[in-house]
Amino acid sequence: MSSSSGGYYLPEPSHWPITGSIGMFLMLFGFASFLHGGSSLVMIAGAAVLIFMLFGWFGTVINESLSGKYNSQVDTSFRMGMGWFIFSEVMFFAAFFGVLFYARMWAIPWLGGSSNNAMTHELLWPAFDAVWPTNGPGDVGGEYQSMGAWGIPAINTLILLSSGVTLTWAHWGLKKEDRTQLILGLMLTVALGFLFLGLQAYEYYHAYHELNLKLTSGMYGSTFYMLTGFHGLHVTLGATMLFVILIRSMKGHFTEEHHFAFEAVAWYWHFVDVVWLILFVFVYWLV
Amino acid sequence: MSTATTHDDHHDHGAPSGLMRWVKTTNHKDIGTLYLWFAFIMLLIGGAMAMVIRAELFQPGMQVVDPQFFNTMTTMHGLIMVFGAIMPGMVGLANWQIPLMIGAPDMALPRMNNWSFWILPFAGTMLISTLFMEGGGPAFGWTFYAPLSTTFAPASTDFFIFAVHMLGFSSIMGAINIIATVLNMRAPGMTLMKMPLFVWTWFITAFLLIAVMPVLAGAVTMMLTDRNFGTSFFDAAGGGDPVLFQHVFWFFGHPEVYIMILPAFGVISEIIPTFARKKLFGYSSMVYATASIAFLSFIVYAHHMFTTGMPVAGELYFMYATIMIAVPTAVKVFNWTATMWKGSMTFEPPMLWAIAFVFLFTIGGFTGLMMGIAPVDMQYHDTYFIVAHFHYVLVTGALFAIIAAFYYWAPKWTGHMVNDRLAKIHFWWSVISVNVLFFPQHFIGLAGMPRRIPDYSLQFADWNMISSLGGFAFGLAQVFFLFVIIKTIRGGEPATSEVWEGAQGLEWTVASPAPYHTFATAPEVR
Repeated sequence: MSSSSGGYYLPEPSHWPITGSIGMFLMLFGFASFLHGGSSLVMIAGAAVLIFMLFGWFGTVINESLSGKYNSQVDTSFRMGMGWFIFSEVMFFAAFFGVLFYARMWAIPWLGGSSNNAMTHELLWPAFDAVWPTNGPGDVGGEYQSMGAWGIPAINTLILLSSGVTLTWAHWGLKKEDRTQLILGLMLTVALGFLFLGLQAYEYYHAYHELNLKLTSGMYGSTFYMLTGFHGLHVTLGATMLFVILIRSMKGHFTEEHHFAFEAVAWYWHFVDVVWLILFVFVYWLV
Repeated sequence: MSTATTHDDHHDHGAPSGLMRWVKTTNHKDIGTLYLWFAFIMLLIGGAMAMVIRAELFQPGMQVVDPQFFNTMTTMHGLIMVFGAIMPGMVGLANWQIPLMIGAPDMALPRMNNWSFWILPFAGTMLISTLFMEGGGPAFGWTFYAPLSTTFAPASTDFFIFAVHMLGFSSIMGAINIIATVLNMRAPGMTLMKMPLFVWTWFITAFLLIAVMPVLAGAVTMMLTDRNFGTSFFDAAGGGDPVLFQHVFWFFGHPEVYIMILPAFGVISEIIPTFARKKLFGYSSMVYATASIAFLSFIVYAHHMFTTGMPVAGELYFMYATIMIAVPTAVKVFNWTATMWKGSMTFEPPMLWAIAFVFLFTIGGFTGLMMGIAPVDMQYHDTYFIVAHFHYVLVTGALFAIIAAFYYWAPKWTGHMVNDRLAKIHFWWSVISVNVLFFPQHFIGLAGMPRRIPDYSLQFADWNMISSLGGFAFGLAQVFFLFVIIKTIRGGEPATSEVWEGAQGLEWTVASPAPYHTFATAPEVR
C-alpha cells in the first residue's frame, strides 16, 4: 500500500494546477487586451501554457492509472467528477437555449405588439413584423436567408448518430478484449467527428458567403452561431479526446474492466450528440 | 492494522515547508487555509471600498470621489464581497471541515482542489486590475445589467467578463469536488442521514453551484459577444431584449444568494447544539428544509424584476413562489430556537455570533418577505431598503456565520483557544456597529433614497451620517478581527481534542491542531 489513506490514492503536491492558472490568466487577459488593440502574443502564449499543462496533468494521471494507483473508490470519484462536469455543461447550453426560447416566445412577439405592448410596437417599431427567424426591427446585419434543416444539418445529424453507434461498438470490442474492433470503432468515430466539423465549416462558409447569414444578423444570427458554434467547439474537444483515447488504445492501454477514461469520453460524446439533436430541432427544423 | 498505520506514517510526514508548499499543495487543510486567507484579504479590500462609499455618503453633496468612481466602488465592492470574500470563505470552511466531519482522508480530487483555489488569486487580480485601466473600472453595479454593461461600459469590462469566467470555473470544480467527497468518501457507518448538517448544507449548495455558475458563464459570454462581435442578445433593434439579460442573470443570481447562505445555516446548526448541550432539534426537517430552499431558489428569481414590466401573471406567480420560501426558512429558525429551549446554554464567542445570526438574519428574512410582495416592491425597488435587506442577510447572515465558524473551529485548526476577552470585544463591537450601519438604511430606503447614487436629498442626511459612523466602526472591528486571528495562530491556551464541552462529531476526535493527515484509516461511525 503506497498511500496513507486506506488505499485511497492521495496525489503528491503538484505544480500542474498553478501552471494551468497562469496559462488561463495569460490567455484570457491577453484575449481581452487583444480585443482592445493589444498584441495577440500574450493570448497565444497563455494558450500554449494551458495546452502544456493539459499534456502534463493528463500524462501524470495516465501514468498513475497505469501503475495501478487508482482503486475502485478513486474510480468512483472520477466517475462522479466527470458526470457532474457534464451536467455543468448541460446547464451552459441550457442558458443559450433559454435565450432562444425567450426571444422566440416573448421578446420578439412583444416587439410586435403582443400582450400589453401595443404602444411599444406602435411608437417604436410600427413596421416590424414579429416572425421567426428575424434579425430584429432594426434589420441588423441586413437581408439574409435562414439555414435550411434538410441539407447539411440533416446529414450531420446522421453522422453524429452513427458516431454514437460506432463508439458503442468500439466499447463492446473493449469489453470482450477485441482490440481490432476497439481501434477500428474509435477510428470510425473520430473520422465521423471530424467529418461533422468539416461539413459544419462548409455550412458556415456557405452561410456567410451565399446567405449573408452572419453572427451579426440580429437575434437569429446570434442564437444560430452561438448555439451551433459552442456545439462545434464541444465536438472539436470531444473528437480530440477520442483521438487521445484511440492513441492510448493502440498503445495497449485499458483492460476490459478498467477503462474509465474511455467511458468518460464516451459519456461526453453522447452528451454532445444529445445537444445536437435538441439543436437540430429548435435551431434548424422548427423555424 | 497498527503496523500498517506505522508504515503509512513513514510514507507521509507532516507538512512540507516553504512557499511552494502552499502553491503545490494537495492537502485539504492547506487549501482550506488558503481559501480562508484569500477571503479575508478580499474582505478587507472590499471593505475598504465600502468605506469610500460611506465616506461619500457621510454628507449630502459631492465630497470625496466623483460619481463615476463612486459607481465603480459600489460595483467592485459587491463583486469582491460576493465572489471574493463570502464564497471563498465558505469553500475554505468546506475544505477544512468536510473531510474532518465525515472521516475522510482528504477531498475526493485533491489536485483539482488545488486548482479550484489557485484560479482565484488570478481572477481576483484580473478583476481588481480593471480599476487601473483607461476609462476606469466597471461602474454598472454588481448585477451588470445590459445595456449599461454592454453598450455603455468601459473597455475594462472585457477583463471583468473573463474574471467572472475564471471565478465560475473555480466554483464549478470546487462544487464537483464537494459532491464527490460527500458521496464517495464518507467513513463506514456515516450514512447520509447521519452527516453533520454543515456537510449537508454544503452538499446541497454544491448542486446549486454546478447548476447556476455555467448560466452565469453564458450570461457574460453573451455580454462579450454583444460588446465585441456584433451579436444582438440584449439589443431590441436586433430582436434581443435587455430584460433578457436580467432573466439570465437572476436565474444565476437568485440561487447564488442561497449558495452564500445555505452553508451559513449549516455552521449555525453545528454551533447551537454544542453550546445548548442538546441534539439539534428536528435534524431531518433541517435537511428537507435545506433541500426545499434549494429547489425553490430556481423558480423564484424574477422577484428581482418586478418593475421590469413583466406580465401580471408572471408577477403573481413569482410573488407566491417567493413567499413560499418563508416556510422552510421558518422551519430552520424554529429548529434553532427549539434547540436552545431548555438547553444548558453557555455563551462562548461562537455561540454569541450564532445567536446574533439567528436574530439578525431573521430581520433580513422578514424584509425579504416585504419585498417579495410584488405591489409593495414597486416602492422598495432600487432603494436603500434593498441595500439594508441584503446586508442583513449577507453581513449579519453569511459573514457572521463565517466569523462564528472561525471562533468555533479555530482551536481545531490552530491548536490554540481564542482569547475570550478579545473575542467578546470583537463580537460586541461588531454587532452594535453593524446595526448602527444597516438599520437606518431601512428608514432612508422606505423614505425613498435610491441606491447607487453618490448624492442625496437633505432629509436623508441624519440617518446617512449615523449609518456611515456605524460603517467606519464596523470596518475597524474587522481590522481588530485580523489582530485576533493572528494572535490566535501565534499562541494561546492549548486546545484539547474536544475543545468545547458539548461538541459532538468526528472533527473533535482528532488532536488540536488537527494533524496534517487525518483519518488515514477510516473511523467507524455507529
